[in-house]
Amino acid sequence: MRPSRFYRPAMYLCGALLAVVVLGPFALLLLASVSPQAGLLGKPPDLWPDSPTLDRYAAIFTQAAGGVAGDFRVALVNSLVVAGCSVAVSLVTGVLGAYAFARLRFPGRRLVLFVFMLTYMMPPLALVVPMYMTGAALGLLDTRTSLVVVYCSFTTPFVLWLLSGYFRALPAELEEAARIDGCGRVGALIRVVLPVARPGLISAGLLAFLMAWDEFFYALIFTSSPASKTVPVALAEFTGRYSLDFGLMAAGGLLAAVPPVLIALIFQKHITRGLAAGAVK
Amino acid sequence: MIVVFGVVLYPMGRTLVLSLVDATSALQTEFTFSGLSNYTALLSNSEFWATVWRTAVFTVFSTAVELVVGLLLAQFLNQRIRGQWFFRSLVVLAWALPTIVSANMWRWILHPEYGALNGLLMHLGLLDSYKDWIGGPTQALFVVALVDAWKTTPLVAILLLASMQTIGDDVYEAAAMDGAGAVRRFLSITIPMLKPAIAVVLVLRTIEAFKVFDIIYIMTRGGPDSGTTTIAFYTYLQAFSNQEFSLGSAAAYLTVLFIFVLSLVYLRMLRTDSGGTA
Repeated sequence: MRPSRFYRPAMYLCGALLAVVVLGPFALLLLASVSPQAGLLGKPPDLWPDSPTLDRYAAIFTQAAGGVAGDFRVALVNSLVVAGCSVAVSLVTGVLGAYAFARLRFPGRRLVLFVFMLTYMMPPLALVVPMYMTGAALGLLDTRTSLVVVYCSFTTPFVLWLLSGYFRALPAELEEAARIDGCGRVGALIRVVLPVARPGLISAGLLAFLMAWDEFFYALIFTSSPASKTVPVALAEFTGRYSLDFGLMAAGGLLAAVPPVLIALIFQKHITRGLAAGAVK
Repeated sequence: MIVVFGVVLYPMGRTLVLSLVDATSALQTEFTFSGLSNYTALLSNSEFWATVWRTAVFTVFSTAVELVVGLLLAQFLNQRIRGQWFFRSLVVLAWALPTIVSANMWRWILHPEYGALNGLLMHLGLLDSYKDWIGGPTQALFVVALVDAWKTTPLVAILLLASMQTIGDDVYEAAAMDGAGAVRRFLSITIPMLKPAIAVVLVLRTIEAFKVFDIIYIMTRGGPDSGTTTIAFYTYLQAFSNQEFSLGSAAAYLTVLFIFVLSLVYLRMLRTDSGGTA
């Protein structure tokens, strides 16, 4: 196939369009985060600040908890803890569960897997009221623990789903060999299956992390004090309360975007493969 | 596993019970059984149907945009051109941006008084007075759907690209020999071969669009004039602002039912389609 002479220019035009649509809003956000407040509220707003300021970032990192900017930092830490713990729990349970679905034959296997998928599809709204009541009964409301438990309710089915497909694709002979050599089932899982399945584990863990990091609705309902709020709630509340402080919103938003964006860019291969596998299987 | 079941199935059952009784407090323990009255109340409520309609408009519009743009984008990302890694990274970047951040970003950009879009267009002389981009109820619904599409088209493109990469070059080469142009090859090879992936994307996106909440919460809070109150937001309002937990639960279950039926329809379509062309 010999591409026509217009092929390359046309393609780079498409690329430029893509770059503008994606990076344009980002660039505006970045500019807003360093623009003085007066310029942002001008009419029209001054989008190219003469004296850019990093005060907002400094405030987020140094202000004591309790201040508006300081609470952003607390929320960032909360998000890291909650997403990290959810991933850890759901990876452990997900690995065991996925292995069981992939290798063991037990009655109702398909039905149980289907129910798992169903729970994954459930809108959070259908679950949140009773979860809230249970949380209240256990005295867990407004704690990070409650969020970890709730987040596991969607990260675990996801991990399970992704990994059970992954495990099924691995040749059973691998484990059989290990078991002949004297490994138990669990031993074979840990020593043979997991090392081979590492790329799958990485994709599952990272995607679960991104899901937990992005979650808003449960966090909105379950947390009320800055000590347990996650980043999405902190941001949402901020826009509710100081709806015109776009600069601090932009700075906080950009910081909130750093972990997921870094993860996605660094592990691009794992992420895209995991997404494709999770959707298609 | 038992833990997961405890965490998910118990609330599922509990919500079902709640939707059948008459609860107006989260901590109430004794209820009067009211049968299906919450459901009939919803189904005979014109406001509820208006919400369903808005949700349908939102879902169809955003899913259509995502699918069309996503297909073109995937086709573009599948080209062998220099710097492709950069374009792919851009798409991953947009996908990874947390929903709340992107909603906040667009809320500011589209802000009627201080927004960057108005400012930018004024600077460029394309606009002589400020426009309220999400001022009208219908307009707001479409704008919110577009913001959703901005955030999710990358995901659609990533999924379709993965499937595109499995199509061998030889098929295209053979078609090119037979004189098929680029557009023709796209329509008669790429699209049919992608059918399963497209079906998956449609199911996923429809379900997600039905559940859309955060973008609306940040950008419009369901307004103006309830113009962007889709079913998830309506359920939230009922349950948490009006304390009508039972009504909210019933609405949530109706959503589940809609989603379930839609997924079945899609699966059916997929099966007959692949049966017909194979």
